[in-house]
Amino acid sequence: MTQDLTTILPELLLALYAMGALMLAVYTVKDGMTGFLTWATAAVMVALAVLIGTREGSATAFGGLFTDDAFARFAKVTILLSAAAVLVMSQSFMAKRGIARFEYPVLISLSVVGMMAMVSAGDLMALYMGLELQSLALYVVASIQRDSLRSTEAGLKYFVLGALSSGLLLYGASLVYGYAGTTLFSGITTALQGELPVGLIFGLVFMLSGLAFKISAAPFHMWTPDVYEGAPTPVTAFFATAPKVAAMALIGRLTWDAFGGIPGQWAQVLAALSVVSMFVGAVAAIGQKDIKRLMAYSSIAHMGFALMGLAAGTAYGVQAMLIYMAIYVTMNIGTFAFILSLQKDGVPVSDIEGLNQFAKRSPGKALAVLILMFSLAGVPPMLGFFGKFYVLKAAVDAGMTWLAVAGVVASVIGAFYYLRVVYYMYFGTTEGQSQSRSSPMEAVALFGVAFVILAAVLNLFGLEPAAMAAAQALIG
Amino acid sequence: MIPTVILLAPLVGAIICGFFWRIIGERAAKLVATGLLFLAAGLSWYTFLTFDGVTQQIVLLDWVQSGSLSTDWSIRLDRLTAIMLIVVNSVSALVHLYSWGYMAHDENWGHDEPYRARFFAYLSFFTFAMLTLVTADNLVQMFFGWEGVGVASYLLIGFYYRKPSATAASIKAFVVNRVGDFGFALGIFGLFYLTDSIRFDEVFARTSELATTNLHFLWTDWNAANLIGVLLFIGACGKSAQLLLHTWLPDAMEGPTPVSALIHAATMVTAGVFLVCRMSPLYEYAPEAKALIVVVGASTAFFAATVGLVQNDIKRVIAYSTCSQLGYMFAAAGSGVYGAAMFHLFTHAFFKAMLFLGAGSVITAMHHEQDMRNYGGLRKKIPLTFWMMMIGTFAITGVGIPLTHIGFAGFLSKDAIIESVYAGGSSYGFWLLVAAACMTSFYSWRLIFLTFFGKARGDHHAHDHAHESPWVMTLPLVVLALGAVFAGMLWYNDFFGDHHTMLHFFAMTEGEGEHAVSMGAIAMGPGMHVLEAAHEAPTWVKVSPFVAMVLGLLTALTFYVWKPSLPAIWVRELQPLYQFLLNKWYFDELYDMLFVRSSKALGRFLWKRGDEQIIDGSLNGVALGIIPYFTRLAGRAQSGYVFTYAFAMVLGVAALITWVSIAGASH
Repeated sequence: MTQDLTTILPELLLALYAMGALMLAVYTVKDGMTGFLTWATAAVMVALAVLIGTREGSATAFGGLFTDDAFARFAKVTILLSAAAVLVMSQSFMAKRGIARFEYPVLISLSVVGMMAMVSAGDLMALYMGLELQSLALYVVASIQRDSLRSTEAGLKYFVLGALSSGLLLYGASLVYGYAGTTLFSGITTALQGELPVGLIFGLVFMLSGLAFKISAAPFHMWTPDVYEGAPTPVTAFFATAPKVAAMALIGRLTWDAFGGIPGQWAQVLAALSVVSMFVGAVAAIGQKDIKRLMAYSSIAHMGFALMGLAAGTAYGVQAMLIYMAIYVTMNIGTFAFILSLQKDGVPVSDIEGLNQFAKRSPGKALAVLILMFSLAGVPPMLGFFGKFYVLKAAVDAGMTWLAVAGVVASVIGAFYYLRVVYYMYFGTTEGQSQSRSSPMEAVALFGVAFVILAAVLNLFGLEPAAMAAAQALIG
Repeated sequence: MIPTVILLAPLVGAIICGFFWRIIGERAAKLVATGLLFLAAGLSWYTFLTFDGVTQQIVLLDWVQSGSLSTDWSIRLDRLTAIMLIVVNSVSALVHLYSWGYMAHDENWGHDEPYRARFFAYLSFFTFAMLTLVTADNLVQMFFGWEGVGVASYLLIGFYYRKPSATAASIKAFVVNRVGDFGFALGIFGLFYLTDSIRFDEVFARTSELATTNLHFLWTDWNAANLIGVLLFIGACGKSAQLLLHTWLPDAMEGPTPVSALIHAATMVTAGVFLVCRMSPLYEYAPEAKALIVVVGASTAFFAATVGLVQNDIKRVIAYSTCSQLGYMFAAAGSGVYGAAMFHLFTHAFFKAMLFLGAGSVITAMHHEQDMRNYGGLRKKIPLTFWMMMIGTFAITGVGIPLTHIGFAGFLSKDAIIESVYAGGSSYGFWLLVAAACMTSFYSWRLIFLTFFGKARGDHHAHDHAHESPWVMTLPLVVLALGAVFAGMLWYNDFFGDHHTMLHFFAMTEGEGEHAVSMGAIAMGPGMHVLEAAHEAPTWVKVSPFVAMVLGLLTALTFYVWKPSLPAIWVRELQPLYQFLLNKWYFDELYDMLFVRSSKALGRFLWKRGDEQIIDGSLNGVALGIIPYFTRLAGRAQSGYVFTYAFAMVLGVAALITWVSIAGASH
């Protein structure tokens, strides 16, 4: 029992912290505590990331329901750090708009607990529990600006469609349980040996569909633009980062731990999702006039690329996916730090046209955004190029050259809208109205990420060996 | 040590002169370049005169390491290199000096425009590249120098880049040389393919194997030695302006006259001859390739001489003369008497450089007038130039005492070639060369008579102001004249005349057995039969070039001194032949029709149809037509209604299930 508790210690600590923080704020000055709680939450998350990062080996708890290994740790550290970063950089935005409620850091903490449970899941039950904990918190967060019609609409849309996706997932899980006779991943692996029941495959496809909703892979992506646009920008920034890592890691977990014996079956599903996502993300983004919607389609396309790594069905593919996700999260933090700072007459704006001739108004920031956009488009030698390079190489090595070719074509199309932002900033013909007033933390995030994107050319800050160890732990 | 200094001094000069003249001033820059060249020339003569013939290799640095290709940058110093060192450095040093005068004032440039330092830097750079070529110890290094001189030649032909004709000529030279270089490169590839090495020593050690190897190329099996020999010779043809690839050389006269003297007479154009001599161990096993070289060489000698008969531009006459003399050298090399080829290369450098520099002196005196029809009677105005040109003409036409070894340089070296070709057994080559000797005499004397004798023609202002050139221009003429007079007599025995002296000179070890090849700095076929046969050629053969020379002289005297009305009558009577020669056998027109226009048409087709319509068109069509269509489609699907989104999800699940079922069933 003690052993089990030691294994889940980080999740336990974060959950206890969240409840304690809730109590503290409720019985004291309520929203007056928000600033303190935000920083405290971020500090706790960073501390937990350090704690998790220094752990070694692998262990299971509660009879296989919970797994702690290098793969889970890689994902958890990414989730915790990105959540902390988003929290810290959005504090001033929330305060200025009067939506700095004390529930926000608490809800984020709870959703992070759910994500940590997801990436460590060793059982269908644990998987679903983690997923719902995460989602329920996110539904609330999406509509945190209660007096805004668009924010509540976003929350409601997300909730309804999320319920549908949960239904798909549960239906798939029950099919799997019915044919395998167990919900444990290890048990499912055993059931796969011998004759392969078709119900098991159906169950797998339903579950993947449910999870594809969470990473907003096409054709389960349609909520993304509306929710990204409607939710307050800090929430959008959070949606675009940590939950994506968690859901992507969960797909890796499910496919390899439970269905690792039949990679051919799920690889084709993931490859199909990957191609459709890359093209939908690239093509649909071209028509966007709002930079938050643009980032929604951008994340759809990026998820397509990350899925390409998993679709390769190799250890190298998993490694490529993890590297891709880490890079993706970094780039998005920088980009959203910039979007958070955009305003016109004190009101937040997010239309792309407003960026016309932005380089004249703020040359330094324009340069940082240029670096970010080039990186998102995958222009060497920026960081984003290496992410794409790893997944393309994984696909080619796995004999899926067609997938890699499709990825390259999609990234060429996608380059258009990233470069269009740069075009407006530097060569725009009319004077735009948007100003960028960064709070200190937004500026740190924007310029810090821009610097990282350039400096990481050297050795990706040791990301590669860590991702390799994580992939080895998953494939075993 | 000394060879390293010789090689690098011009490079240092080029860098200082080219990049730092703004700091040290134009005059100092020129001084540095010229000074370093004279140093290199002095050391070259020292090396040549004290050289014992034993091949030395001096490694400078590790150059290329790639797979089994491993190459140093090293200097190969043997007799061939030593000869080339003095030829290149002496002429180059004198041309540097000469350019102080010739380039002092130039109407192509404004008053305050700096161009002199650039000119000297190019000259020095050319010298460095040429030295790299001749000191190469492997084929890639040689190719580097080969391309380097090509670049320098391109830059210097187009030195007056504001003149469209000069730019066109420089491009022509570059492009025509590319054809030859392609052959050269293929030859290098072939050698590397067969011997797995590009180092001369290793390649030469295996040439006898190549003679018995077959190589599949262009759908046919070829004898490897012959094939590679021909490919390398194609490279030599490009650089040395032999028939079919000769068209660039006359146009190259657009460059300043010192350039013509240095690059397009004495040094670069002889690189092809040098290549054939350097590869003599290979050619000794490639009889068919050698036969081809004799035919091409002799044909070029004849062709160029006929064209030279009727040209009016003083530099073009000498240019065709150069082309023709290069043909002589190839004929000798093709006959297997590489000593004679090198001998003529050596003497030719002196008298041809001198003729060019003399022509430059005349041109300066006549205010950049180059048409000989506007000269005449200049003997009195520029007496020193006149006498130097006379010596050059004596040398090139081959004046000497028949059946002895006393005469001007060209007398000894050209006779050696004609005897060698006779001994080599090619009567085609022999007769063409004798005919060419007659025409050489005619056009050389024609040049002298038109320029220096008779009445002054053309613009009388130019004639009134004609004056002798400054000492910096006449001194090089005098020095070169010494070579034109004595070089032949001094080194006749070493290069050709005496069997044993020659063996020692080129450090050859006589091969044992009947079919063995004697190897050294040059190689020579079994028992050196050709050389012996050349020495024992019948008296009429030995006298024939002299007779041809006298015949040409008499004809020229008749036409231009005794009866100056004759040329006009002949031109009228033989109009078609005259036009044929004046238009250089219509080679340029033919090439324009065959290659230039078809390439342009192909290029235009690929540009307009291929690039603009197909590639740009399809990409623009996709980018501007198809993708926006899908973008609109995606925008419409994004209706904002939850039921639409839910429906899309259900459709997605259905599609995935269907696909997995079908794909799973096929497993």
